[in-house]
Amino acid sequence: MAAIILHQHRSRPRKATSESPFSRWLIIGIAVVFMALMFVLPLVVIFQEAFRKGWEGYMEAFDDRATTHAIWLTLQVAAITVPLNTLFGLAAAWCVSRFQFRGKRLLTALIELPLWVSPVIAGMVYVLLFGAQGLFGPSLKEHSIKIIFALPGIVLSTIFVTFTFVARVLAPQMEAQGQAEEEAAMTLGANGWQMFWRVTLPKIKWGLLYGIILCNARSMGEFGAVSVVSGHIRNKTNTVPLHIEVLYNEYQFVPAFAVASVLALLALVTLILKTLTTTPRGAA
Amino acid sequence: MSRPRHVLPGFRLSLGFTVTYLSLLVLFPLSMLAWKAASGGWPHVIETLTHVRVIASLKLSFGTAFVAALVNGVFGLLTAWALERYAFPGRRLLDAMVDLPFALPTAVAGIALVTLYAPNGWIGSFLAQHDIKAAYAPLGITIALTFVGFPFVVRTLQPVIADLSMDVEEAAACLGANRWQTLTRVVFPALLPSTLAGMTLAFGRAVGEYGSVVFISGNLPFKTEIAPLLITMRLEEYDYAGAATIGVVMLAASFAILLISNLLTNWSRSRTGR
Repeated sequence: MAAIILHQHRSRPRKATSESPFSRWLIIGIAVVFMALMFVLPLVVIFQEAFRKGWEGYMEAFDDRATTHAIWLTLQVAAITVPLNTLFGLAAAWCVSRFQFRGKRLLTALIELPLWVSPVIAGMVYVLLFGAQGLFGPSLKEHSIKIIFALPGIVLSTIFVTFTFVARVLAPQMEAQGQAEEEAAMTLGANGWQMFWRVTLPKIKWGLLYGIILCNARSMGEFGAVSVVSGHIRNKTNTVPLHIEVLYNEYQFVPAFAVASVLALLALVTLILKTLTTTPRGAA
Repeated sequence: MSRPRHVLPGFRLSLGFTVTYLSLLVLFPLSMLAWKAASGGWPHVIETLTHVRVIASLKLSFGTAFVAALVNGVFGLLTAWALERYAFPGRRLLDAMVDLPFALPTAVAGIALVTLYAPNGWIGSFLAQHDIKAAYAPLGITIALTFVGFPFVVRTLQPVIADLSMDVEEAAACLGANRWQTLTRVVFPALLPSTLAGMTLAFGRAVGEYGSVVFISGNLPFKTEIAPLLITMRLEEYDYAGAATIGVVMLAASFAILLISNLLTNWSRSRTGR
């Protein structure tokens, strides 16, 4: 008996610094139940509602002009937003993680700011800039350039909202990795681009990939900011999340959840890739 | 700082690009808020902010976000502790799931939550038997805000728990403390600042949340109308100055939250000696 108890505790480093098995399983149980209720159940509901009318009903949802247009528009938005924010994320992470300068902490805080600004505000500021009554509204009208209620406005507000992600993932990683290899490359005569392509990029590729995927998932799924600037014009400025809202409010639940399930799958792929690209401990 | 840093290239390029991009796309647009709010004149600002409907929505947004942050503080601490300290089957899966609210679009979360908590939904029908109204009530808003804020508490705490040195816990045990005493008097005080920092971030994210809330809230004026929704309504009425005024209040809250969480993180570092 004593041998069995001893054996059970062998995997724990020290008995005195760990909880009793009862408390341990209680804490694990609370965490698992909480997350099952909060996170797993909503996911299950999405797919259950999407397949309420079977596979055919599911596929029918995509056989619709407004839906395909929304998907096309969302792909366009992501195709512009993600490369721009990736470039910014690389530049921001490089200067924050490799150099000491005055105002660095302020800059770091400002890079994170968009995460804490309400998405509605992110959309609104562009309406205030480019809307009919906005700062540049009259002169835009003169040249008949449309930004609000059109693609440029949607792209701008999406950039604002997804601004932080690549930098936020990369900066701590680059800081942790240190810069010895880069310094060695420079000392051995590499130029800046050689150093970046041959040393830095291979070092950060997984973090960069995750940052890009997260940025992509967010830019395809942004709702609040885009909803303010888009004007909800069907077949014109409805992105996928806005189209989901329209379908839902029209009580077309199966199509709404079918389209939503695509974004949910994208989210799951994002999470899987995150798990694969970071070490088990790694908290972004 | 030290000489070797100057070996690396690209300081001016990367800093210049970062600052330009940040200023053009974030800072300059945000400054529009103050400009537009002021353009209506002080009477309009005061009129907007003292409007009963605006006060009700701000109270609701801040109140529900606060409750959600408290809930996340408790469950986030337990989850982060379980993920960092215990080995159990499915640990990595659970760890990956924590980030779901980052990756799942808010509108998708919104329609899923309202379907769950509506009176005929899986959880909603159960709650209805006990006369609890979740969807279209402040409780539903709180649930949605708990959903969006949860990862911030867990992700803030995890590295701190991982770096917590075992020596102090061993010392406490050697000095005769039982495990409960060690946890409440040694471990918890060390984790308190980061728990509060995580809760502040969760609160900050929740106050401005829109997509996952508008479906479940029901949007009844004075009752379940959140502040971001009121902003969109003011914009639709072309009351740009009014919308910007509410926006300035919320933006000020965002700045305060960032500042507080930074202070808490510094406090945490001084406590855990990192």
